[in-house]
Amino acid sequence: MKFGVIVFPGSNCDHDAYHVISKHVGQPVDFIWHRDTDLSTYDAVIIPGGFSYGDYLRAGALARFSPVMNSVKEFAAEGKLVLGICNGFQILCEAGLLPGALMRNRDLHFICDHVNVRVESTDTPFTHELKLVSVLRMPIAHAEGNYVCDDATFEELSRKQRIIFRYSDPNGQLTDAANPNGSRDNIAGICNSERNVLGLMPHPERACEDLLGSSDGRELFRSLAGALAAAA
Amino acid sequence: MSVPGAVATGSKRNYRIERKAHFDPLAIVGGTDTRSFMKAKVYVTLKPSVLDPQGKAIKHAVELLGFSGVSDIRQGKYFEIAIDASGNAEDARADAEKLARDVLSNPIIEDFRVEIEQ
Repeated sequence: MKFGVIVFPGSNCDHDAYHVISKHVGQPVDFIWHRDTDLSTYDAVIIPGGFSYGDYLRAGALARFSPVMNSVKEFAAEGKLVLGICNGFQILCEAGLLPGALMRNRDLHFICDHVNVRVESTDTPFTHELKLVSVLRMPIAHAEGNYVCDDATFEELSRKQRIIFRYSDPNGQLTDAANPNGSRDNIAGICNSERNVLGLMPHPERACEDLLGSSDGRELFRSLAGALAAAA
Repeated sequence: MSVPGAVATGSKRNYRIERKAHFDPLAIVGGTDTRSFMKAKVYVTLKPSVLDPQGKAIKHAVELLGFSGVSDIRQGKYFEIAIDASGNAEDARADAEKLARDVLSNPIIEDFRVEIEQ
């Protein structure tokens, strides 16, 4: 199995993602420059965190027009796995691969902190090896992470169990105090209707080393690798 | 080197550009292009149903300043676009509206309004 990490001008978590795939997943991984369009050799691509195009206009709004994004759409339509982390989540929403939008945080601040996130569904290739309603500790680092969507979209996300992660307290309680950015219903991550595209604001790739305060993110990448191995 | 709206001074080795006062970038869009351009003004605003924490913070500051007659402030974005005016104003408007819909606004959270200035 082969992974690709897409690099936009302004991506800054690309090396973290690369490190996790090569060291913890132990699989080949390439950086893919945003002007490249050939994704045919990859089984999964990661759209990493950062500030693509300086977050100009809206976070993720300009990255959506990079040549690689048409290829990512085709890649996703073929059922291959796409993981968008932080700015990657914002880009997936702007590109229409995931519904809704990520707005300025409720309290307007850029938040850089460790948060607790509850696993809401294990029915995705990214989370099937996680325990349902278990709590993962992962960092967030964003100013635009406030997930919004209309009522019809929210109803659809809820009914089809497409909300994959929610901000919670350490005991898994979904409180308003545990919601760092004002996201609707504490939403931290969602998937598409085919469940092969996942976007989340927390950074699992920055939570893979005990030295960095948490290694809870490894499970997500193990799930991902396990799903690809099973499909091979 | 020709930079419209700029004046070159000094020797070649010590080249610098002085901007004219009230430099208007829109006045030079197209550079040496001789086509005429008209100005499209695009206003992007949050949908009424979407909370605007920045607008709320600004309103709070306005209240601290002593203004009591302000009931609401919503923050938005404003764009000026120089559009080829060789066609008619309707074509320019259609182009500007497409830009506003596809790029400048996110239809999930924002509305837009276009004005054409000839």
